[in-house]
Amino acid sequence: MKTDVQSPVTLSDLLSGERAILLQLSLTKASSNRLVSLGFTPGVEISMMQNYGRGPLVVNVRGMRVALGRNEASSIIIKKGEQ
Amino acid sequence: MSDCHTVSKPAEFVRSKDKTFLIALAGQPNMGKSTVFNLLTGLNQHVGNWPGKTVERREGQFHYEGRDIRLVDLPGTYSLTANSPEEVIAREFILHEQPDVVIALVSAANLERSLYLVSELVTLPAPLIVALNMMDVAELEDLRVEPKVLEAALGVPVVPMTATRAEGISELLKIVERVLNGELTVSARIPEIRADHQQVLDEVLSEIREFVPLPYPAEWIALKLLEGDSEVSRMMQSRLPVERQETVHEILKSHDDALLAIASGRYEWIERMIRAAVVRPRMGQIGLTDRLDRWVAHPVWGLAILAGILGSVFALTFFIGAPIQGWLALQIIAPISQFASAALTGAPTWLSGLVVNGVLGGVGAVVSFLPIMAIFFAAFGLLEDTGYMARAAYVMDNVMHLMGLHGKSFLPLFLGFGCNVPAVMGTRVIESWPARLVTILVAPLIPCTARMAVIAFLAPAFFGPRAILVTWGLVLLSIVMLVLSGAIFNRVLFKGQRTAFIMEMPLYHLPNGRTIGMLVWQRSVSFLKKAGTTILAISVVVWALSIFPGGSLQTSYLSQLGHLFEPVGRWMGLDWRLMVALLTSFLAKENAIATLGVLFGSQGGGLAQQLAGTYSMATALSFLTVSILFVPCAATVAAIRQETGSWRWTLLNLVFMLALSVGMASLVYAIASAAGG
Repeated sequence: MKTDVQSPVTLSDLLSGERAILLQLSLTKASSNRLVSLGFTPGVEISMMQNYGRGPLVVNVRGMRVALGRNEASSIIIKKGEQ
Repeated sequence: MSDCHTVSKPAEFVRSKDKTFLIALAGQPNMGKSTVFNLLTGLNQHVGNWPGKTVERREGQFHYEGRDIRLVDLPGTYSLTANSPEEVIAREFILHEQPDVVIALVSAANLERSLYLVSELVTLPAPLIVALNMMDVAELEDLRVEPKVLEAALGVPVVPMTATRAEGISELLKIVERVLNGELTVSARIPEIRADHQQVLDEVLSEIREFVPLPYPAEWIALKLLEGDSEVSRMMQSRLPVERQETVHEILKSHDDALLAIASGRYEWIERMIRAAVVRPRMGQIGLTDRLDRWVAHPVWGLAILAGILGSVFALTFFIGAPIQGWLALQIIAPISQFASAALTGAPTWLSGLVVNGVLGGVGAVVSFLPIMAIFFAAFGLLEDTGYMARAAYVMDNVMHLMGLHGKSFLPLFLGFGCNVPAVMGTRVIESWPARLVTILVAPLIPCTARMAVIAFLAPAFFGPRAILVTWGLVLLSIVMLVLSGAIFNRVLFKGQRTAFIMEMPLYHLPNGRTIGMLVWQRSVSFLKKAGTTILAISVVVWALSIFPGGSLQTSYLSQLGHLFEPVGRWMGLDWRLMVALLTSFLAKENAIATLGVLFGSQGGGLAQQLAGTYSMATALSFLTVSILFVPCAATVAAIRQETGSWRWTLLNLVFMLALSVGMASLVYAIASAAGG
């Protein structure tokens, strides 16, 4: 679901090897709850382990590798790190 | 819940030494929980289901220092919020059964994530012991964890251990003993909610306190309400008077971000623990897992590796399992049959027929499959234990999208190669109902070991060295049918809805022989039990139907039944005997062979050759096709009924599979006949 408003940077925009800070989860309540118990809380650092531009991707959050579908990743709003 | 308090049990729950003590084992997935469970209980364990749930329940018993201890393995969960039935089971067990000790298994190699569950467990009224597992992995990654410091910070006993090497188990038991004796008091430090939400929590607490039913702690209920926990909200809804309900609802509505405040509070608590107890290595080094994942989780290479692994498992069955099966049939079952018929020469013919043809011909043939089954169980146990399964799910995500499913649905389907029953039950890892239903409906299209065993038995006799190609073709056919049917079900039933894919990718680790051995043992025992009960009964019934009423096969009930279905069989080139074999395979897939064994009066050995001399290759190909796609076995049908909770979906699945199998076999027969098979 694309909107006309300038779209924010999401986790699916992060390239392999890049890091970012999680700003906001805009998923359904059930999905958000599950992400939170896996350590996805605002302010946490996420690093992208594998993102081939399509299909699922793998991130590292709090030392755990988590696979996410592209849909889920594009509903996680982030701020890219400086490096 | 802001202050530290001592968690101790009321006096009436303290049990004397001659009573059985109850210990619960809690932990997140991939923490080595089943390894610890197996170490403690050995073979003295029982696998079942949680009452009213389709979640596996493992319980075992052991003795320590003259005590009888009952150990319950709680489902592996990341948290205790009602995201799934597992989480509800784990917390309800602790609250209602009031175990004497709860052992929380955490990973020294990843404390940050594994302490999250502990941060929830410390708020429950049960004495907690933290088992700090995977000390070896932590050492490998240059992480130094200080158990004593962690113990002081948590206020809970901490026992370092490496379960895969059985290190630390006796120390763990000593601590358990001391807690049971009351020599060690547990006073856990409890996480605080983020300061800006403390007041809200107090407000909710004061509104609900007097209405919270036993055995729930009011503070815990207030916290769960604020978290938006669906189960607790529903429970309190029915307890609170109407005006209180509204007040509480208003408070909660204006603080719907409270979950994040609570979770952040827990992570702050965890960070404090880690700052104290862990010395971090340099960041940015690339571990074994990341190096392997570049290939194994690659969108193209990963799929190739998965295909290679599946292929190797099948090849292993053929090159090792099938010869052992043949040897068992000829060298063990056949001599027993001969011995039995010699011993029973004086007995009435019906008795000798019952024993030799009914019992040994049927059950004997099935028991000889055990090596093939054991190889499958071991191979899949190995893949599960190394952490590979999650990678298989990950690389299959794109393929699963064709069916409107995602990678996680591949996990139960993968299990289906072993047996369809756990595949159907395993679909509970899928959170959304439509995705789960589609997975359940297509799961029986995965060729299980029993069907693979039937093929492994028949294919070599008919196709010689090309048997492996035929087998591969049949497996491929099943998988193509699975994807097509999944796509159709999803389109027709759910209009192409999509569901969330969120899954942990555990670190790779060396498999534990004991864990895999236990798995092979348990599944082999349950297979032999089935052979001794269901398959025995069916074999005897088939034998009886093949003798009565006239004493000859040609005029028997079985022959009549087979002839009744012969018109359908004719489309597929199958005679009445193959039709009967197919029909009995509904009760258990292996019965196809057992039935043919009875019908051909085979003495265990040589049945495959006898069949190869009787039927054409086109018929064989058609029979294998209809067998691999045929309606699921009775046990799987029961599982589908249980998991979908509806006869409508179960019947839909049966009719669909019946039409598909007969249709495909007829097509295969027509093509093979035309090609001159």
